[in-house]
Amino acid sequence: MAGKTLYDKLWDSHVVRQQDDGTCLIYIDRHLVHEVTSPQAFEGLRMAGRKPWRVSANLATPDHNVPTTERDKGIADPISRLQVVTLDRNCLEFGITEFKMNDARQGIVHVIGPEQGATLPGMTVVCGDSHTSTHGAFGALAFGIGTSEVEHVLATQCLIQKKSRNMLVSIDGVAGIGVTAKDIVLAIIGEIGTAGGTGYAIEFGGAAIQALSMEGRMTVCNMAIEAGARAGMVAVDEKTIEYVQGRPYAPKGDLWGKAVIAWHELKSDGDAVFDRVVHIDAAGITPQVTWGTSPEMVVSVDGKVPDPEQEPDATRREGMRAALKYMGLAPNTPITAIEIDKVFIGSCTNSRIEDIRAAAQVVNNHKVSKRVKLAMVVPGSGLVKKQAEQEGLDRVFINAGFEWREPGCSMCLAMNADRLEPGERCASTSNRNFEGRQGQGGRTHLVSPAMAAAAAIHGHFVDVRNM
Amino acid sequence: MEKFQTLTALVAPLDRSNVDTDAIIPKQFLKSIKRSGFGPNLFDAWRYLDHGEPGMDNSKRPLNPDFVLNQPRYLGAKILLARENFGCGSSREHAPWALQDYGFRVIIAPSFADIFFNNCFKNGVLPIVLDADVVDGLFKDVYANEGYQLTVDLAAQIINRPVGGAIQFEVDSFRKYCLINGLDDIGLTLQHVDDIRAYEQKRAQQAPWLFQ
Ligand code: SF4
Repeated sequence: MAGKTLYDKLWDSHVVRQQDDGTCLIYIDRHLVHEVTSPQAFEGLRMAGRKPWRVSANLATPDHNVPTTERDKGIADPISRLQVVTLDRNCLEFGITEFKMNDARQGIVHVIGPEQGATLPGMTVVCGDSHTSTHGAFGALAFGIGTSEVEHVLATQCLIQKKSRNMLVSIDGVAGIGVTAKDIVLAIIGEIGTAGGTGYAIEFGGAAIQALSMEGRMTVCNMAIEAGARAGMVAVDEKTIEYVQGRPYAPKGDLWGKAVIAWHELKSDGDAVFDRVVHIDAAGITPQVTWGTSPEMVVSVDGKVPDPEQEPDATRREGMRAALKYMGLAPNTPITAIEIDKVFIGSCTNSRIEDIRAAAQVVNNHKVSKRVKLAMVVPGSGLVKKQAEQEGLDRVFINAGFEWREPGCSMCLAMNADRLEPGERCASTSNRNFEGRQGQGGRTHLVSPAMAAAAAIHGHFVDVRNM
Repeated sequence: MEKFQTLTALVAPLDRSNVDTDAIIPKQFLKSIKRSGFGPNLFDAWRYLDHGEPGMDNSKRPLNPDFVLNQPRYLGAKILLARENFGCGSSREHAPWALQDYGFRVIIAPSFADIFFNNCFKNGVLPIVLDADVVDGLFKDVYANEGYQLTVDLAAQIINRPVGGAIQFEVDSFRKYCLINGLDDIGLTLQHVDDIRAYEQKRAQQAPWLFQ
């Protein structure tokens, strides 16, 4: 019999029961909660007179609606405020641990889970948010769920699921200097498309993935959902274990030793069979910039905006035309000729300490271009912010003319006050370049933190490899 | 979840195809913290003459007299008659929430969008697929007879008409069982409490660090 994939192992160890038609009840080890998708689930619990099955499996924080400036003044928008206050009330009522808006540990839910050690190898991790795939970087099975499922997890600690198929995306060889995890995942999406992973759980492997830090692996897994896969994951190695050790929620003492032994098994067996395998040569990956309104509309920084007239497929051609119209771009424009109005360094894709260090390294001793109206850094959590400040990185940004903000989702989706105005063009380290995502009429180019920092200094995209 | 067994109720016709979830409940209402209360904003853009925002007093807003649900003869309808591809668009569960909150328990159409169809069952709403010509006949009957009512018998999988006899319909047996017994997924999963506890016990021995 063939060996098991990492996904098989994670799935099998969480099956509570299986029905004849293959539908399974699977057990959930960690449930992360934020303010937008949870209120109806809590209300449902209340109406049915139910209690959370295992209170300690839940961890909550507000992130989507929180302001990134003058937080002591509270939230100006009453509807946003109510969503956050409701989360506070629900957590209090049901006894769920919450890092409230003014807690030093507050941050984007996908940043704080790993930071706290609340995300551990071998776990099932869910959250009412599609970017829950991030946590798969730890050799965990992590995926986003809808509001009914949030309530289902709260009430039963389980979910009703069918198993996905196995896909391996192997990034072979060594990535060049200036090529980051973000470039790798954008290149993957460019290659397989935004529906390429639909129906699959993707394991990211190969030498270039192994070479990434845990932060980098989280960036890659974060965007598995942009490739159509609900879950992305990376096998456990020494880096995983080193990252987890000593974190507040991580096991200690005897338990730590036992856990580490078990975690070493969290990799695909040598003879495991995948339903689909994609190999990409790391050496061929360059810094990436999206030019359109879907993450798969991506090219190398030394490339040009594509020409729809060269596209043979009529549907795709129409899609490209519409994207270029929305983006206000002409075909064949060199990417480095695209000028930008705003820069956003943040989001659950790229707001961890390593991302901030990478951006600071590029910014050091430079000034933000005069053409850039706003360049902002939004750390992923209060602890990331503190760490960066201890390293003096905040001064690097502030001296250059960046704004140094409080943690949250911020301009990734513009549910708080941070947003693009119609027609404004942004170099953004976030994960979605959909129409209106960063503000109505706003134009988003997805890039790595180093590329965003370089664009801030020059006022247009530049190849970080030449800096 | 409310049980669904038989329902005799007034039928309202919504004579459009491809009614999407944005039409069913527009996006500005998704910031709500509630699962209930979407009824007054069901079909908001069609139903009112002004632009709706959360927090408005809907009872004071100008109604669109041309919109079918605003006609007095359809007030109190619990069965919605619709056309092809009902519920297409986003996955928002707010769509079935709004329909249910308004009072609809049954939606009859020739076809439904997949996610919406699933979401209905999770929220005690029965979507029934019938042949397009049968649906067309029902539209004619509804228009021709004020106060037109149907009886939907889920156990027998039959719709009884005042004239013209019964119509058989299909429903997935597992979903039928859940609806008849008022079991949402949660209610159902909670029938397996012993399995969950047994799993937890076994797992706590294998991986005690997960149960600190
Ligand atoms: S940072 Fe953006 S993508 Fe991540 S959870 Fe927040 S809104 Fe979603």
